[in-house]
Amino acid sequence: MTDWILVAPIAIPFATAVAAFVLRNGPGGRVASLAGGVALLFASAVLMAQVLEHGVIAGQMSNWDAPFGITLVADTLSAVMVVITAITAMATLVYGLGEIRARTERLGYHALFHAMVAGICGAFLTGDIFNLYVWFEVMLIASFGLLVIGGSKAQLDAGIKYVALNLVSTLAFLAGIGMLYGLTGTLNMADLHFAIQEVENQGLVTVVAMLFMVGFGVKAAVFPLFFWLPASYHTPYFSVSAIFAGMLTKVGVYALMRVFTLIFTGDTGFTHEILLWVSALTMLTGVLGAAAQTEFRKILSFHIISQIGYMTLGLALYTTLGLMGGVFYLVHHIIVKANLFLVAGVAQKIAGHNELDRIGGLYKAAPFLAVLFLIPAFSLAGFPPLSGFWAKFVVVKAALELERWFIAFVALLVGLLTIYSMTKIWAAAFWKPHPEGYEPTLSRMSASDRVPMLAPIVVLAVMTMVIGLFPEVFVQLAETAAVQLLDPTDYVTTVLGAAAR
Amino acid sequence: MEAVVSLIIGLLVAVAVYLMLARNFLRFLFGLILLSNAANLVIFAAGRMTEGAPALIPYGSRVPDGPVANALPQALVLTAIVIGFGLFAFALVLALQAYRGLGTLNSDHMRVAEPLRDEEKPGAGTRA
Repeated sequence: MTDWILVAPIAIPFATAVAAFVLRNGPGGRVASLAGGVALLFASAVLMAQVLEHGVIAGQMSNWDAPFGITLVADTLSAVMVVITAITAMATLVYGLGEIRARTERLGYHALFHAMVAGICGAFLTGDIFNLYVWFEVMLIASFGLLVIGGSKAQLDAGIKYVALNLVSTLAFLAGIGMLYGLTGTLNMADLHFAIQEVENQGLVTVVAMLFMVGFGVKAAVFPLFFWLPASYHTPYFSVSAIFAGMLTKVGVYALMRVFTLIFTGDTGFTHEILLWVSALTMLTGVLGAAAQTEFRKILSFHIISQIGYMTLGLALYTTLGLMGGVFYLVHHIIVKANLFLVAGVAQKIAGHNELDRIGGLYKAAPFLAVLFLIPAFSLAGFPPLSGFWAKFVVVKAALELERWFIAFVALLVGLLTIYSMTKIWAAAFWKPHPEGYEPTLSRMSASDRVPMLAPIVVLAVMTMVIGLFPEVFVQLAETAAVQLLDPTDYVTTVLGAAAR
Repeated sequence: MEAVVSLIIGLLVAVAVYLMLARNFLRFLFGLILLSNAANLVIFAAGRMTEGAPALIPYGSRVPDGPVANALPQALVLTAIVIGFGLFAFALVLALQAYRGLGTLNSDHMRVAEPLRDEEKPGAGTRA
């Protein structure tokens, strides 16, 4: 049985959360947390190897056969997402060794962190739509805690907006599930793939699809549902905002990709066309919002939104190439964006602030940090040969193949505007002298903090370069994932077994 | 029966939306609680309502005796209620902390995380 490997990426973080909570008052919590991170990395690698070897794998929990029990499924997309979750979690945990102080750890930082990771992995692996809702909630409530841990005024303010809008999205999702169940009588996603085609009232199916689009759209922060994101991501600890920026919105994108390829495919001319225009507006508003900001993390937050547009665009085009670009973009973006938030943390530590007009001189103080910033920043903008170039290239090519000239134009224009924002950060934070006669030097970071805070940045930057220089492996993975998404036969037969119709 | 429940759902959603349009965060939360109850009722009603047929299996028997109500929507609603309870407990504590920390629950005045720039402040420039 391969069941255990499907459960491991969920069980390990949960066990770690419990251990870290019990040991939170001593150094043991930290050790348990790191050990859990390493174990998750290992488990996700085994899962990936299994999926590469056997194709889609599925496990029926408690041996209740699908579609009656809860199924865990891993296809290529799920496995890739779990691996990337483990990598991001490990990077931010190591960074946290330098940033998170014992006082915050005593409040249960590590327990919340791993509970959130468990929710994320659960959302990627479940094959049951109601179970997906439960994982979303696990992830959400842990992220509430992480967002406000520390309790500064800005965090409380941000917390209110984040909590309010995310709860509304949850309810749209929940009502959608209820109506979907009413229409089809099943909750298993593979089973829904068939059941939805037999529904007589296809108009109502589209209505339900829109409820899901709104619910997941808020989580994914697409236009015009993204306002919670730039209101909150710049307030918590840098480790927290790095994993938020990397993973949380991407769970929404993953959920969109899953339900709009597996379940709601009956009226793609309507649903996917909406997604297409939403993507274009998301890209544009995100990048324009970033241009108006003057705070390091706020600029980066708006860029998350703009980049989400590329991923949903890949889905909206609904071709193998488009989805392949979307998946490739997901992987590239998570690494790059988490890294940029970590760089912002180091910049604040050295230069004393995160408001661009109050800092400067970082290039002089730490030239290698400037290089570490430029790698993800250029990758974000799509400079060859970094990972972002290939990601944008594939998505734009997919748009051109469908002769969607305007969308392709928007995607290219947004890339150009991205350079503008990155140049703004470069010029203000790295190039110009510090305005307050304050000498930013590396010695403002204590020597014991330097290694844990800089090592993850270096590792993530190297990964960006590796993806950029050797894209074949990753492109192939993304293509496998895209093919499986567009033709879910494997997924469905693996889940439902011989009973599949 | 479904028709009555549907009407109640509609009423709950209407009241919820009205409350959620308020600037006061506490009113927003009350609206959200009503909305969550409406969502729970949607699940319940969508699962078809069967009157007077509890999902029970007689003692000694392995299958139910005659038709029974669908137990799954009830399990789903129960799960959703528990989760919702946790989330709202957190949200209420957050509201309390925000009131203590920020001194207001009016969302228009919550500008700590996103401060207004000078030119946007009321009274600045030509717009008095």
